[in-house]
Amino acid sequence: MSGNTLAMARAARGAGQPAGLLPTAVVLAVLAALTFFLSGYQLFQLTTAIAYGIAILGLVILTGYTGQISLGHGAFYAIGAYVTAILMSVYDVPYWATLPVSAVVCAIFGLLLGFPALRLGGLYLALTTFGLAVALPQLLKHPLLQDWTGGVQGIVITKPDPPAWLKLTPDQWLYLFSLAVAAVLFVLARNLLRGRIGRAFIAVRDHPLAAEAMGIDIAMVKTGAFAVSALYTGIAGSLGAIAVQFVAPDSFGVFLSIALFVGLVVGGVGTIGGALFGALFIVFVPNVAADISKAAPDAVYGAILIAVMFVMPAGVAGTLGRLLARRS
Amino acid sequence: MAGLLHQILSGLATGGIYASVALALVMIYQATHHVNFAQGEMATFSTYLALMFINLGLPYWAAFVVTVVLSFALGVVIERVLMRPMANAPVLASVGVFIGLLLIFNASTGAIWDYTTKAFPTPFGDRPLLGGYISGHELGSTAVTLVVLLLVYVFFRYTRLGLAMRAAAYNPVSSRLVGVRVGWMLALGWGLAAAIGAVAGMMVAPIVFLDPNMMGGILLYAFAGALLGGITSPLGAVIGGFSVGVIENLAGAYIVGTELKLSLALVIIVAVLVIRPSGLMGRTIVARV
Repeated sequence: MSGNTLAMARAARGAGQPAGLLPTAVVLAVLAALTFFLSGYQLFQLTTAIAYGIAILGLVILTGYTGQISLGHGAFYAIGAYVTAILMSVYDVPYWATLPVSAVVCAIFGLLLGFPALRLGGLYLALTTFGLAVALPQLLKHPLLQDWTGGVQGIVITKPDPPAWLKLTPDQWLYLFSLAVAAVLFVLARNLLRGRIGRAFIAVRDHPLAAEAMGIDIAMVKTGAFAVSALYTGIAGSLGAIAVQFVAPDSFGVFLSIALFVGLVVGGVGTIGGALFGALFIVFVPNVAADISKAAPDAVYGAILIAVMFVMPAGVAGTLGRLLARRS
Repeated sequence: MAGLLHQILSGLATGGIYASVALALVMIYQATHHVNFAQGEMATFSTYLALMFINLGLPYWAAFVVTVVLSFALGVVIERVLMRPMANAPVLASVGVFIGLLLIFNASTGAIWDYTTKAFPTPFGDRPLLGGYISGHELGSTAVTLVVLLLVYVFFRYTRLGLAMRAAAYNPVSSRLVGVRVGWMLALGWGLAAAIGAVAGMMVAPIVFLDPNMMGGILLYAFAGALLGGITSPLGAVIGGFSVGVIENLAGAYIVGTELKLSLALVIIVAVLVIRPSGLMGRTIVARV
């Protein structure tokens, strides 16, 4: 972990430079413009990628900045998705109003998981959260929760209509909506991580003892990071559920958590922008893999993943950052 | 009472399988401080290999030996080709490689031998023994597990190679100075873990039936067992594995029912980590700051 401390510190400093504003605005404008050039299915794929990007951003905050490895973030994604689905289908809450609710619910769950996580270092935390990911579908199917979760069948939700004054298809509207939510969340994360709290996160990760001596409340910072991370992932789950229009226990199995983790590692652990690369990887590379081999797409996907790790052990963003640093 | 005894005995039988997988995990953990997330998938792959040899007409035990040898070779090759270049990469990158391995093994098992559930033969017969408390296979697989564990113990305790492997794991730098080939010791550790996993797979397959995701739950129980016993202690892993098997069976029968069995493993993991993080037999790791 400490091997890429320098790179992380550089990334943290980079996040603080106002120069990042213009490229960000350009990227955002291009992404918004895509609304009018892509087909409904492509927009749907990008919408899911945005949802995953937000979830991976949550992992960046947790794993990249405070060094707590989670292999179970699919659980928070699932909770967010179910909160939205239940609110929309049972209580007729409008889709946009479910986002804050699932944010709060997931933050609370994150806080609850954050406390036992305090006692667990690196690998043990990874294992425990992995267990959470494996056990989650069983919990969701449990008869006690069946009235809410719909059991094995899950819940079907309707795709939200765009506001009447906008001449957009539902796909286009949902894409723009997700993009706007993501933009707000990314800016918030950037501000959080480049400020005092972000520095506290990094200090706790790199040298807990020194951090404590500097007056940082480690327990507070770590559980706080867990809560924020869960909040992000929960909102991502809500967006994902609205996009897919369906939630069921088996869509939130261990492979979802693994995919999110893969996105984190491929994108680059300690960089906010890396979350985007990671999200694109986990949405589109499986399709590429399926084109290469119909019989065993996951095997190709795994091979691509290993190849990426060989070529770019610090992830796409980490490697890009190093290349840029070398040039300047 | 008879029901209880029956649950405990069959718990011990499944526990033996968790113990083998837990042992494989602990061995790789001790040598490399990594937890191989692909361990279960590798074991499943080996079990399919065994089934293929049996279908080709090999006698059971011949197929058994061939499979164990091939699995050993596979483990060694994976270490040399994939893990070796990652030795100095960030931890997260090597976890990424483990996950890649998991996906590759899971998908290629399904692609080669298709996804339908298959029956796997047992060499021990299914006659009930000991007054009907335990089946022939349960008794036989427990015996095989114990033999494997004994062999591993003897190997590490009484052979020069075992000593060299322990030394390489304990202090790589000094071992290299006295002439231990540390890199090969790691590869050997991977090979042994893969071989043990293969044995566990062949022993569990007749009970749970063979399908590409067979080991998913088992891996989690093995984690729980390894942690319960203490992830630094091979003997602890074995005892932990057996205990988890019994706990799982008793709780499944009397307390939570079968739907929540997997969650039980999670509860065990969290409970161990919160109450006694070093496990029953593990050393507490004290870091100097």
